[in-house]
Amino acid sequence: MPRNRVRRPTWQRIGLLLPYAWLLLFFLAPFLIVLKISFADPVVAQPPFTPLFDPTRPEGARFYATLDNYRFVLGDRVYLLTYLNSTALAAMSTLLCLLLGYPMAYGIARARPATRHTLLLLVILPFWTSFLLRVYAWMGLLGTHGTLNRVLLWAGAIDRPLEILYTDTAVFLGMVYSYLPFMILPLYANLVRLEQDHLDAAADLGARPARVFLDVTLPLSLPGVVAGCLLVLIPAMGEFVIPALLGGSDSLMIGRVVYDEFFLNRDWPVAAAVAVLLLLLLVGPIALFQRTQAREEGE
Amino acid sequence: MSHGPPAAAPWLDPAAVPFVRIEGLTKRFGEFVAVDAVDLAIYKGELFSILGASGCGKTTLLRMLAGLERPSAGRIWIDGVEVSGLPPYERPVNMMFQSYALFPHMTVEQNVAYGLRKEGVPSAEVKQRVAEMLALVRLTPHARAKPAQISGGQSQRVALARALIKRPKVLLLDEPLAALDKKLREHTQFELANVQDRLGVTFIVVTHDQEEAMTLSTRIAVMDAGRFVQIGTPGEIYENPNSRFVADFVGNINLLDGVVESCAGGEAVVRCDELATRVVVRHEGALPVGAAVCVALRPEKILIHKEPPADGGPGVRGVVFDLAYFGNLSLYRVRTPGGKIVEVSAQNRRREARRHLEWDDEVHLSWDKGSALLLER
Repeated sequence: MPRNRVRRPTWQRIGLLLPYAWLLLFFLAPFLIVLKISFADPVVAQPPFTPLFDPTRPEGARFYATLDNYRFVLGDRVYLLTYLNSTALAAMSTLLCLLLGYPMAYGIARARPATRHTLLLLVILPFWTSFLLRVYAWMGLLGTHGTLNRVLLWAGAIDRPLEILYTDTAVFLGMVYSYLPFMILPLYANLVRLEQDHLDAAADLGARPARVFLDVTLPLSLPGVVAGCLLVLIPAMGEFVIPALLGGSDSLMIGRVVYDEFFLNRDWPVAAAVAVLLLLLLVGPIALFQRTQAREEGE
Repeated sequence: MSHGPPAAAPWLDPAAVPFVRIEGLTKRFGEFVAVDAVDLAIYKGELFSILGASGCGKTTLLRMLAGLERPSAGRIWIDGVEVSGLPPYERPVNMMFQSYALFPHMTVEQNVAYGLRKEGVPSAEVKQRVAEMLALVRLTPHARAKPAQISGGQSQRVALARALIKRPKVLLLDEPLAALDKKLREHTQFELANVQDRLGVTFIVVTHDQEEAMTLSTRIAVMDAGRFVQIGTPGEIYENPNSRFVADFVGNINLLDGVVESCAGGEAVVRCDELATRVVVRHEGALPVGAAVCVALRPEKILIHKEPPADGGPGVRGVVFDLAYFGNLSLYRVRTPGGKIVEVSAQNRRREARRHLEWDDEVHLSWDKGSALLLER
């Protein structure tokens, strides 16, 4: 349907500009700074990198940029491995969140409205305590002398403590636990709009319950699946705290590499290059996210 | 209404076997009884309407027939087979939903084909039957469109095609025309009846629109508070309502309270204080003197004159209180000496730019003795 172009009132236009201003100030500007640093050479100075444009040099103003950092990062197998490792961990966490979150979101969406609100509250309840605190709590739970092992030993289920903390299992536990709400909420928002009539119509036309799910529920909830997966995948790629605290010392994660380069090696340009490459890696999924959102709103 | 000759009336034939039979069907939601021990027999090829206000239980009844709602009690047979315990996907019925419930992620074609695909019909046959069905509902050019891209009337026809393609024994229609605008609704009414006539499928229609029920149906069941109040042909329901509720629900009617003064020889004399006169009504059967009754009189059955009727019969005097001109007919609201407002509709037979009757004109109302109906109060 053709929509009449109506001049929006001034306050509405200002309102529309706000998110752009926000993104410009807190996303684009920092990103440009990081990008700039990634083209510099590290130096022992304050700040620890060469300026892009230096008018104070004795031989005259100088413009300096280098791709050395990118060459270094891309040329080193360790970094490549780290990217792969991060991607695999993030993808696996996303899949686990989806497998666990979908039935939960479905259950909440199908529950009676009163129950639904309680269940939703339970999903977001963990946000009321600090994220860091909750990860530390997992350390307390999973450690060699942690709650889990003590309970299992006491119950006689095991005769020596399980080694969970500082393994991949602990990392997955922590990731799934932390990111599950980001999967459940968009899925719930989608599934709650699912019309009973569509499910009834499929059943009426001869589809058994499992078929109804595959033919109607699942395809119609796909935008929610994509939104949830990306909301988990994107932050999980750069996750630092969970692998650092729960994972083994040998676990190679991008977040950790950025941290090490930045704070331990004080090589800001390489850290910046690693971060920029991570962003490029995420552009694909983000674009996909944008497209499904746009398509869903278009319908 | 359909092109063919008027259907026989199997419901009058005691030997006829009902195609759909319902016995003691009940649905409770907690304390609330939505459908209350309903019995019903519908014959093959009927276009049966269940008419009632919203919340009367008619949609719940339809959903129980489809298997989408589990009855609290009672049994359902379709074509001699009990289906009460069967899930929706095993019943020989299909439903057309009020919202149409077209799958938004599938094209028109895929929507229509869905039922056949689930049945495991070979894909060549599916293709052919879908093409035929789309031609029947004149949607062939839109086969590849998504439901969001077609109009309300087209969506309605997709929903009909999708429900009919499995050749169900019974087609259930929940407010099939409610979402359409008036012009389209009238057109679609006839189309529905024609499709029904051509395919010979038994239709059960749920509607709150009495006009829709009147024009479409072989028979109508008027439903109120989970029960059937009256079941009959449209003519029976309109001309012989069995209660105040039915009389009031179907069409316009004047309900005049009165007391029986005498009842003999097929005629009852009713004193009507609201009209400040006595009314004679044809009535078979006996009524005790003094019984409180209600004289029901349709607006189009009342004649309105400027002069007292020539036969000097016991007409009713009144004053035109309000009038509305509709072109083909005029509606008068006449205030009687008793204070009661009586509605009268009259056809505008002659071409007259000036009105014959005006506000505040004194008029005389009369009607045939057989046109009025006595109902219990």
